[in-house]
Parts: sequence; C-alpha cells; structure tokens
Amino acid sequence: MSQHNPLLQVEHLSVHYPIKGGFFSKVTGHLHAVDDVSFSIEAGTTLGLVGESGCGKSTIGRQIVRLEKPTSGSIRYQGLELTSASKEELTRVRTDLQMVFQDSYSSLNPQKHIFQILADPMLYHGITTRPQAEAEVDRLLDMVGMPKSAKNRYPHEFSGGQRQRIAIAKALCLRPKLIVCDEPVSALDVSIQAQILNLFRTLQQELGLAYLFIGHGLGAVNYVSHRIAVMYLGQIIEIADAKELFRNPVHPYTRALCDAAPIPDPAARGTTGITLRNEAISPVDPPAGCRFLPRCPFATDACRHYTGALFPLHAGSNHLTTCRRAEKEGI
Amino acid sequence: MNRKHYLNERTKKGRVVLSPQESETYLQTIWRRFKRHKLAIISSILLAVLVLAALLAPLVYPYDPVITVGEFSQPPSWQHWLGTDQIGRDQLSRLLHGMRISLLVGIMAAGVSTVVGVVLGLISGFFGGVVDMVIMRITDAIMSFPYVLLVLVAASIFEPGLWTIIFILGLVDWPGVARLVRGNVLSLRESNFVKSSQLSGMPKRYLLFSDILPNTIAPVLVYATSVVALSILDEAALSFLGMGIQLPTASLGNMLNGAENLSILTGKPWLWVPPGLVIILLVVAINFIGDALRDALDPTST
Repeated sequence: MSQHNPLLQVEHLSVHYPIKGGFFSKVTGHLHAVDDVSFSIEAGTTLGLVGESGCGKSTIGRQIVRLEKPTSGSIRYQGLELTSASKEELTRVRTDLQMVFQDSYSSLNPQKHIFQILADPMLYHGITTRPQAEAEVDRLLDMVGMPKSAKNRYPHEFSGGQRQRIAIAKALCLRPKLIVCDEPVSALDVSIQAQILNLFRTLQQELGLAYLFIGHGLGAVNYVSHRIAVMYLGQIIEIADAKELFRNPVHPYTRALCDAAPIPDPAARGTTGITLRNEAISPVDPPAGCRFLPRCPFATDACRHYTGALFPLHAGSNHLTTCRRAEKEGI
Repeated sequence: MNRKHYLNERTKKGRVVLSPQESETYLQTIWRRFKRHKLAIISSILLAVLVLAALLAPLVYPYDPVITVGEFSQPPSWQHWLGTDQIGRDQLSRLLHGMRISLLVGIMAAGVSTVVGVVLGLISGFFGGVVDMVIMRITDAIMSFPYVLLVLVAASIFEPGLWTIIFILGLVDWPGVARLVRGNVLSLRESNFVKSSQLSGMPKRYLLFSDILPNTIAPVLVYATSVVALSILDEAALSFLGMGIQLPTASLGNMLNGAENLSILTGKPWLWVPPGLVIILLVVAINFIGDALRDALDPTST
C-alpha cells in the first residue's frame, strides 16, 4: 500500500444487472453496466467522467453516493471501505458525499419552498439551529449566486439554471467533501451552462470540494476537470490529466470524442480523421476482447485477445489507456 | 458584452436577479386555475346551497320528517311544498333530512376509505417486498368481489343502519385509493428529490411524510370527490333495496322505494322525482368539482 491516501479510491468496481425474462422471472443474462473500473479522486480536484449514453458513467456516480450496491469491487472514502461499512460508519460519512442531478426540476420537492428544502437537512443534522437557519440559508443562496428573496419561493417559479443553482446549494448545505455531478449542465441552455460551470469552479476554489463530474461531451467536462476518464461500454478506456488527454488522445474513441468537442478558434481546429462505424456490441454478456473492436477503424485480429486492462502509456506516466495498438505502434 | 435578457433568466456579474413581482402562494394558484371551470363554480354554489338547506332544515322548515302531518299522498300544495307521502309525512322535510343522511354517508365513507387507502398504499409502495405483495393481493381480492353481494351479506350479518352503511362502503372503496397512492409512491420514490433527501441522511419518516405524502395528496383529493359521489349512489341503491338506511329515517334512497310501485311511478311523480333529481344534482355537482380540482392541482398546468 502506498502511504498516500486519496479522498476517494475506486478499485475493480463492477455492477452487473440481472436480466429477467420468461416464466418465473428466470435470470437470462447480465447487463454489464460497469466492468472492473478503477480510479481515484484527490481532495479538492475534479475527475471528469465522459462517455456515451448507457456506458455506465451515471451508475458509477450512484455507486459512490451509495444509492446502489456494487456487484463486486471496492469503494474507499478516506480509507473507509463503503461497500462493507457498518450503518454507523456510513452515517458518519453520509453527509460528505452529495450529488447534483441532471434534471433540476425533479431534484427539488415541488411542495416545499426553497427555505425548507435547504434548511431541513441542516436542522436534522444539527448543523444549524432554528434561529440561525435563516442566515445560513441566505449564505448558501449567496454562495450559488441566488438572491435572498429566493427562499420564499417554490421550485416551479425558477428557470432551469436557477433551479440547478438551488440544487447545488442543497448539495452544499451539509458541507460535503465530494459532490457527484451527474450531467448537471446537459439539460441547460449553452449560455446558462457556462454560468453553472463557472459556479462549480468558484465553489471548488472557495470550499476545496472534490467533484466527480459526469458528462457526455468533452467540452463542458474539460472546462472543470483536472483529470478526465473516458468510458466505453462499462470500462474506462483512457484516463489522463485533462490537458494531456486533449493534447495526446490515444484511444480511437477518445480521439473521435476530441474531434466532436467544439473549438471556438477555427484556426486551431484539426481533425484526426477518425470515422467510427456504427456497430456497437451489446453490454449484455459482452464477449472477451476489446469492446470497441466492432467500431474501431484500426482494429486488427490481435484486438480480439486484448482485455480491457488499463496500462500506462510509458513507464511512470499517469496517462493510461486500454488500447494495445497504441503500445505497439507508439501512437 | 451585452447579455440578452430573456425570460427571467437575468444575471449580473454571475449572480441571478429575480423579478421583484410578488409570487402567489400555492393556494392562490389553485384557486386561479379552479376559477377557469365555469361548471365547477356553478356546481360549488349549487352544492353549497344544498348542503346549507340540509344542515339548516330542522331550523327553517317546520315539519318533522318521521311524523304524519297531513293526509296521505297529497300532491304539492302551499302547505306541503312537495306534497306528502303514502302515510302523510311531509315530503320536503323528508327530502332535506334524506340529503343530510346521503351527504353524511358519502363524506364519511369517502373519509374512511381514503384514510385506509392512503395508509395501506403508502406502506405498500414505500416498503415493497412481501408487505407490498400481501396488501396488493388483498386489494385485488376485494376489487374482484361483486361488491353488491358483499354489501348485502354484510348488511344481513350486521344490523342495517347508518354506521353499517358507512363502514361497508368504506370497506369496498379503499382498494382504489390504495392502488392510486401506491402507484404515486412508487414513482415518487425514484424521483431525484427523494434520492437527494436519502443522500442527506434524512430518516425514513421524513422521506415518507415530508417528501412523498404531500405530493400524493392532490390526486387522492380528486379521487376522494368521486368516492363521495359514488357512495351517495351506493347508499341510494342499498336503501332502495331495503338493505340501507331503515325506515322511518329518511334517505334519498329509501324515498325512491315508492317508485317500485307502478301506480306511484305513473300517477304520483312528486314522491320520486324530487329525491331522484337531488341525487343526480349532488353526484353531478361533486363530479364537476372533482374535475376542476384535477386541473387546478396539476403542477404542470399554468
């Protein structure tokens, strides 16, 4: 074991959902939502998690905040193994791990006004007292750039961006250390997206928060992330520091994603010329070998035998990928 | 660079600026939407008049409904506005007192079935598993039973009467409420705000009573109005069959009893038209109000 302890360490995490069919709900197969995924998040930093719909990125987010239990693997938060922790231990770290959802409307109870939404958890956990609650709610609203008058209104009175700010305030109210952001800007207008992303960055600097920032495009994720992991069909296929990933994407899928990210300066635009074929394999009981194979323009016969294990691009590098071709041909 | 001011999404140096316009409360919103339904407004006024008349009947109308006060089967006159029945009791007095009984039965039966249904529906939806299965099989059993038969059997075991009727109708109506609530709880349980409360480490009672329950009240209220109307009809049917409210107590149902006789049906319409009309008015008015409530309480409407 290294003496260095990251805030969150995920090792060999797998989540398989049984697929039931036929008479008496017999299990006919397993959907491999997440397969043998490992990564870590340092305190005060952001790990971006990128991938297409259904690749398992949201599932990882739900695992970390303990909304679901994994099939196998370990999730350690500050050294505490969450998958086997007792109820008391979980209660202790419960408030440290919070989440911001994509759909900001359904993440706020439509029957409560904002004051109640923000104050209830703080009062329950004794973070504030009734006389101080108002000032505390004002402070939270102020942190996310909302006026104090917002606290007497109901969620339906706000726009999507404003509701997302309030949802962030709700995630912040228990003084968490790690926030899982599950596509928090995907449902917003582009102009509002930038505001919310800036807010995430400001809050990180002020409060020293760590984020797991989930998104499906590299553009928004790159803006807030220190490190980025790219997922494909339940596996992390490439992980590197944000700058390095953009400068030197190795995996063909990452390169295609980089091409898809918009670049404002026309002169800086380039293309790797990768065209993906549209024959994805099914996540239900996937075959051995590289999962990207049917879509990869560079696939060779040898790719059928490569497993999905990550390896460093060169010795000592923290740029890891699963693409063995990259190793051989030194792309 | 000038930022575009669209809708109320205004920001100044990264901070949101809200329009100063005073926001309306939830109740004001509901009332504004309710007012759009002209029929529901008319129904509310009509219902209020009928309820008031029924409540104040003993104070404003001189005749006792169970005592013979005039000649038999008299047509309407200035003395007896709706005539007298076959044994000389005042028809209007019986009608007003019958309305009291019908409304009481309707509201109480709906109340009983709603409370039972909400409690079982909440438990069933929230805890799931074996509890859910047991409760749902019981509701299925009750729903698959021909309830008129159930009611007749129950009425013959217990003494037929006001509270028996309320109890029996409450018993046969709760499965609908329970299913409605269970369905709502199942979808609310998966909603982000409930998950978010879970993540905040809030206890189960908070999730159940503060997050889930308030969000199921609106559909339950709408459903309950239709149960009131249905119970009024059921009471009328039972009393018509002689298994409901027993004479000499008047109910709208047992006043219709007389219509079983062909000579009354054709020759003495004042004995059965008024109670029949009142039943229709009550049921239709309550249903219109329920419809308007459905729209008024819908959070997705404007």
